[in-house]
Amino acid sequence: MTTPTAVALEDAKVAFRLGDGRVYTAVEKAHLAVAQGEFVAIVGPTGCGKSTLLNVAAGLLKPAAGSVRIFDQPLAGLNRDAGYLFQADALFPWKTALDNVAIGLEIKGTPRTDALPQARKWLTSVGLGAFANRYPHMLSGGQRKRVALAQVLIRDPKILLMDEPFGPLDAQTRQVMGNLLLDLWNADRKAVLFVTHDLEEAIALADRVVIMSAGPSSRIIGDWRVSLPRPRDIFEVRLDKEFHALHREIWSVLKDEVMKGYAQSTHAAEAV
Amino acid sequence: MSRPTLFALQVLVAVICIVLWQVLSTVPVFGKILLPPFFFSNPFDVFSQIVKWFASGVIWKHLGITLAESILAFVIGSAGGVLIGFWFARQPLVAAVFDPYVKMVNALPRVVLAPIFALWLGLGIWSKVALGVTLVFFIVFFNVYQGVKEVSRTVLDNGRMLGMSERQLMQHVYWPSALSWMFSSLHTSVGFAVVGAVVGEYLGSAAGLGYLIQQAEGVFDVAGVFAGMFVLSAFVILIDYGVTLVERRLLVWRPTASDGRG
Repeated sequence: MTTPTAVALEDAKVAFRLGDGRVYTAVEKAHLAVAQGEFVAIVGPTGCGKSTLLNVAAGLLKPAAGSVRIFDQPLAGLNRDAGYLFQADALFPWKTALDNVAIGLEIKGTPRTDALPQARKWLTSVGLGAFANRYPHMLSGGQRKRVALAQVLIRDPKILLMDEPFGPLDAQTRQVMGNLLLDLWNADRKAVLFVTHDLEEAIALADRVVIMSAGPSSRIIGDWRVSLPRPRDIFEVRLDKEFHALHREIWSVLKDEVMKGYAQSTHAAEAV
Repeated sequence: MSRPTLFALQVLVAVICIVLWQVLSTVPVFGKILLPPFFFSNPFDVFSQIVKWFASGVIWKHLGITLAESILAFVIGSAGGVLIGFWFARQPLVAAVFDPYVKMVNALPRVVLAPIFALWLGLGIWSKVALGVTLVFFIVFFNVYQGVKEVSRTVLDNGRMLGMSERQLMQHVYWPSALSWMFSSLHTSVGFAVVGAVVGEYLGSAAGLGYLIQQAEGVFDVAGVFAGMFVLSAFVILIDYGVTLVERRLLVWRPTASDGRG
């Protein structure tokens, strides 16, 4: 491949020191490469360390072993090429929707007078043109996610990292947001690493679906290419035959891990 | 309940209390006056005392002094609380070292400091300001400390991922969070600024509402004491209303701006 890989994790291991001094290995021997313009979804049972892996790619966590390369450069500190969409609400509650979006540019030193019109444009493109002066608490969960998306995209990051961004939303809103994301992504095809526990969402959105085993010491145990044609409509694609075949195939692997994950979490609860 | 009805009921409470007070202090019940005028005065005398103060204009000087002391105590105490609160929250070591002393001073009933301040700063306004500062400082300090400590982890990470430097995090994340906590305790801290001023005046001064009440008490002028108390209450309610207006303006972004956390 001539173009550099956007995100490359090699042999990455992530471990945490627990309160009682023991070391908990969350992820082990993780190999993962996201090419430029590629949309990769990571799926795994709860507590398998999907978000951990994402935080490593973001530079929020340092791997205990292995390497992280961003566009062929070893990652030191925070990943400045990446925009990160959080699962929880991450908007600044004391700023209006417009200011929340504009801040992405203002941080870079763009004068406010230039940042505001661009922020307004981005708010419009996520469908919130009329809500510019609302504060986050006056917006619905879905609307807050739209603002967060605009806040990240206005900086034009080369890589998008998304940590179950639509997790807290209801089923319909999730699908609407998925379509919005695909539309925006289609415009310039950034590299995307998208973490979710929802296999259907993963297949509908991504070019590749990566499956992780149940934790602790979870690994990447599967990697499927999704060749459904683009542009896709999330509502339509779920009715596709190929979608169903792929879903069945991946689920047969994922199911065992989900069961293991539940068993472990209930055992852990009993031990406590 | 509609606003006019509520207001009518609120007024009704005051009217009943005043009427009861007037009746019980002037009309004998079973041959006995239940509220002896010497101890309880009566609403009419209290009211005429208030009217006299305002008519002659002497009250303005005292109100002005108490107001000035309260404002100074609030401003100085808040500034100190914000600075030290911020410093401690960002430097856990400093906070840990000073922790027992902060607790010690905060546990001290401030009234015992009044004579010391009078000794150090004289009987003018500054000894009262100092007393108010010791009250306001701790409220603001604890709130700002908490505000900086309890910045949401996600919001902070988001700021970092958006590329904020430490200075920008300070400006866009820590500072607004700390200020929001400070503003949410505005009612308490402003109230304590007034308390500090009045208690200080009461314990030794030549002017102010506390002085007025203390003077009346010294000559067993119960009507004067009550009149002073009423003027003081009205004064506090007016200030509190002002604070509510300021708060409504500053905390628009908060879901429940009305319930303070202080």
